[in-house]
Amino acid sequence: MTSTGTSAINTEMHVRVADITPVAAAIKRFTLVRTDGEPLPVFAPGAHVVVSMVDGGRLRRNPYSLMSSPTDTSKYEISVLRVDQSRGGSAFLHEQLQVGDALTISQPLNLFPIDNWGRRHLLVAGGVGITPFLPMMETMNAEGRPFELYYSIRSRPHGAYWSWLADRYGSRVKLAVDDEGDRVDYRALLINQPLGTHLYVCGPRPMLDHVLSVARGLGWPDENIHFELFLAPPPGVPFTVSLAKSQLEIAVEEHQSLLEAIEAAGVDAPYLCRGGACGQCETVVVHADGELLHNDHFLTDDEKTSGTKIMPCVSRFVGAGLTLDL
Amino acid sequence: MLAPSIKSRPVYPGFALVQGAQRHIVALEGEGALALLELVQPGDPELARVEIMYAPGTSAAAGHAEALTNLGAAHYWQAVSPATLTTRLHQVLATATMSSRLYASGSEPFIGEVVRAGAAFGVKHLSIITEHRGSMKRRVQCVHCKGFIDDVTISPVPCTHCGLHLFVRDHFSRRFNAFQGVSIHAEEHDVIPSAEELYR
Repeated sequence: MTSTGTSAINTEMHVRVADITPVAAAIKRFTLVRTDGEPLPVFAPGAHVVVSMVDGGRLRRNPYSLMSSPTDTSKYEISVLRVDQSRGGSAFLHEQLQVGDALTISQPLNLFPIDNWGRRHLLVAGGVGITPFLPMMETMNAEGRPFELYYSIRSRPHGAYWSWLADRYGSRVKLAVDDEGDRVDYRALLINQPLGTHLYVCGPRPMLDHVLSVARGLGWPDENIHFELFLAPPPGVPFTVSLAKSQLEIAVEEHQSLLEAIEAAGVDAPYLCRGGACGQCETVVVHADGELLHNDHFLTDDEKTSGTKIMPCVSRFVGAGLTLDL
Repeated sequence: MLAPSIKSRPVYPGFALVQGAQRHIVALEGEGALALLELVQPGDPELARVEIMYAPGTSAAAGHAEALTNLGAAHYWQAVSPATLTTRLHQVLATATMSSRLYASGSEPFIGEVVRAGAAFGVKHLSIITEHRGSMKRRVQCVHCKGFIDDVTISPVPCTHCGLHLFVRDHFSRRFNAFQGVSIHAEEHDVIPSAEELYR
């Protein structure tokens, strides 16, 4: 296993799969405990870990939100949706990983924290995007912070934890079931929220884009809008990239991300979320004779069109030649 | 003068109406009226969402109140003092919603009071639209006796509570709405540098 890129000290933790439970049509919950029996770190609600897995000889590293109790140091739980067009990660976890198998996970990292300035917290989840909200709600409930969850699912069999959440939090949970004709009117919801309300959104990209655009369109300040979306690196046409500092020329395969190809070549590139969200892997483009395919939602539109930066975790390239400052 | 010398020193990027906001709550003091008057003209349809709260203060003779009235905003209310304005602002914010945006222009102590009013309702200072106008006077807290001194334009300034001569720093407390003043003669009590007018 290669070392992590951001630090000379490898802080990854070795874990064992203690339990695998199906929780919805295409969602399984994985319980992870430390191989050495030591306690796992306490995490803040909203945090995720990057799970490293060796799938068919290839190293995959995918981010998953922690959904277990933030104060339970005996185990971490993640819930994973089996993606139809999976390039490896979710299919591997669903179909190959067995109870007792070993995995490596990063330290918990929080890009989606509760804002304690909030006087009220409005949580908007779609599908498996419910996961970071489970520890958030537990903490807010314990601390007496007012919150409401709007949770959209495709159908009741496809939705995870909705029944448990409704039992536990009662009228604070509003369920919208797509195939029963439920639709959340986000404009009506967001136009009259009391001052000091914070909005948190996690779910599929079309829903996320819609909710964010409604909120911004109503004049909500950016300070009160929080979201998390981990993108899977999309497949694409294979290409070659030159790394200026390392003096290497490497091939990026169809189902491999640029970052994965860089790591496979033994170059220590920085990363944190591996899902186009955090900005840690931002890399300077020295030269590009072709088109950068920006798939992240970290760079601004201006930065994307400038062609001077790329996020190798999810973005690709098509053209004659690409040189990165790595 | 308003360049941030240290991180806590507030900056005031200037007025612009936030697109899409259903309500613009605009708190103005003295010359701060000009921040709005130079931004919108009478007849602007956005004025139907603008609610003006104005404390003329020492600019009473400048005629800004009349100009603001003539804008034809959804609402105009004039306060007898900045303190009256912030008291009323608390009542307005208590029933405001997230599609409302808060604006403040005038002297720094006034903007700081509006920011404090917003904070009481969970509004972050970065989401308040601010523009500095008028006097550079500062509200200062003596870090030694904790007393507050208003309308400070010189440094060092004698503390009106404990008498120490205070060097006025750019170190600002948003919670107290005050710049921090520290003794300028802590080691040599007899040596007091002459005061300079820094913040007219």
